[in-house]
Amino acid sequence: MSSYSLRGLHWFDALSGDAKPVYGLPASLKVADGFLGEQPARFLAVVADPANRFARARNGEVGLLEGWGLAKAVDEVITADQGKSEKRALIAIVDVPSQAYGRREEALGIHQALAGAADSYARARLAGHAVIGLLVGKAMSGAFLAHGYQANRLIALRDPGVMVHAMGKASAARVTLRSVEELETLAASVPPMAYDIDSYASLGLLWETLSVEQIEQPTASDVNRVTECLTQAIGDVAEKGRDLSSRLGASNRAASSHVRQLLREQW
Amino acid sequence: MTDSAALLNKHSFIELGARQRAKALLDAGTFRELLDPFQRIMSPWLARQGVVPQADDGVVIAKGSLDGLPVVIAAIEGAFQGGSLGEVGGAKIAGALELAAEDNRNGIPTRAVLLLETGGVRLQEANLGLAAIADIHAAIVELRQYQPVVGVVAGSVGCFGGMSIAAGLCSYLLVTQEARLGLNGPQVIEQEAGLDEYDSRDRPFIWSLTGGEQRFASGLVDRYVADDVAQIRQQVGELLQQGLPTQQRSAQADLYLQRLARLDAEPQIEPATVRDLYQGERS
Amino acid sequence: METLSFEFPAGQPPRGRTLVGCVGSGDLEVLIQPGQPGKLTITVQTSVNGSEQRWQHLFARMFDGQTPSAMDIDIHDFGATPGVVRLRLEQGFEEIGHD
Repeated sequence: MSSYSLRGLHWFDALSGDAKPVYGLPASLKVADGFLGEQPARFLAVVADPANRFARARNGEVGLLEGWGLAKAVDEVITADQGKSEKRALIAIVDVPSQAYGRREEALGIHQALAGAADSYARARLAGHAVIGLLVGKAMSGAFLAHGYQANRLIALRDPGVMVHAMGKASAARVTLRSVEELETLAASVPPMAYDIDSYASLGLLWETLSVEQIEQPTASDVNRVTECLTQAIGDVAEKGRDLSSRLGASNRAASSHVRQLLREQW
Repeated sequence: MTDSAALLNKHSFIELGARQRAKALLDAGTFRELLDPFQRIMSPWLARQGVVPQADDGVVIAKGSLDGLPVVIAAIEGAFQGGSLGEVGGAKIAGALELAAEDNRNGIPTRAVLLLETGGVRLQEANLGLAAIADIHAAIVELRQYQPVVGVVAGSVGCFGGMSIAAGLCSYLLVTQEARLGLNGPQVIEQEAGLDEYDSRDRPFIWSLTGGEQRFASGLVDRYVADDVAQIRQQVGELLQQGLPTQQRSAQADLYLQRLARLDAEPQIEPATVRDLYQGERS
Repeated sequence: METLSFEFPAGQPPRGRTLVGCVGSGDLEVLIQPGQPGKLTITVQTSVNGSEQRWQHLFARMFDGQTPSAMDIDIHDFGATPGVVRLRLEQGFEEIGHD
């Protein structure tokens, strides 16, 4: 078994099928143009590259090359589809253990590289592209902000290995001056602190959660199921618009709506 | 004016709290706070974890004018929970930016200034903080279609985590010598990558890589200003007047990929290497 | 963390309201608003448990021999020393007196 996750790669291969690979990007990015049914789409995944020039980004982390590379891959689509009536959907397959932590990364402005990726995904959304995030593994912190969180719709597979969080457990414990055990106990009773996908779903941020048969190596029926769901999500975006308002409304995220309502009244 | 008189005349911006900073930037008498602390829109998550909340959740939203231009300011209070963003504070910033964009669609040219002193996501509200920061990113990009969004990192907390990405999305960034700007806090890098990679106690080392002066010299921010209210106010006003930049820093993927391709990533990096790579060789 | 309530006899309410301080390490936030005539109420949320007596003494000493204005005071305390608490309250009373 490898030390890094292969889920992103396997789902990319399964979903993109005979799509045309896009070249000229870092080896840690898998990007291809294909179709979901009739709908043209670009698939994007960040995968492990044991030969990555940046040593701290060899296990699928989103680092400098990955952030700017995603930006480039998305910008190409925005530019190429400008003025077209049918715009490609962007399918971000999310299996990102973290951003890259290292001296080179900080020195060279990894925050700016991740801003590049977030910027491009957000501009794609504003330009009328459906952007869908498909969570098949970890979706951690800055890595998820750069790759997935700007999507109009988020879909998560239902599995213990699919998790969204702001920080890994060890670091979160250190920063909050708690033990990992204390943190886990607390997280179990506070939905936004929990690491499991059902607690995350209770925040209203997911459009859909899906169960599959084999999350590590998707079966043909898994692929059909997810493809169908992605197609529906794209249709939903076309129908209901390109902003992020569909993420508001859950009772566990009531304050986010309340604050917006008050701001509007007092604006 | 003599040097010492100039020094006495200087008013520190860093020493001001979030509300005072917002007031100091706006034209006299125009400050109007939204969701002020007496409305007590506080975190619904902190008290149940035994953490004392703050009446404004650490974020001040104020409307007013700056050199006559309509502006909304979002100021983060770095002294409360390290300037961390939870659900309420995050929604205040995102919501204000969303309304500023809506203003522009209705013909009102509202601009935004973000005063960033923040460690990023508030871990007690983890996933709701992260979601709010994604909303802030979206709203900055949306507003930036119409008007500049100016980010100010004065110090002393600096700007980290998901909010450093927000800083990277701003049309313009202004820093002081006391500012630090980076994705990962020093403690977290040390935890994840080890002491050899990053010594979180070595302050000169950290400032040499992520401090305001280095970020300016590397072209990762636009203005480098003394810690002085009048000077910061003047520079923010200039940036707002300038309108949109011809090229967004965060939209320059090709340029940065070319630069990174030239780097020998094998040896550990020095601050001068970054300056040379991003700004060209200096004499 | 604990939440404490106190009440003292008072005179007439002031006109304005004010906020001083911040919930930072060793500091506190004090929100002062006009209250019911004759009554001064104080609510304290503090990070320091078992401190009720200390707060009671501190307030009693401050209001000893005088009739404070009728105010509703909200305190969010993050481990401030009695000296800092006193300073913040006096700062608040002074600001409210200027309105």
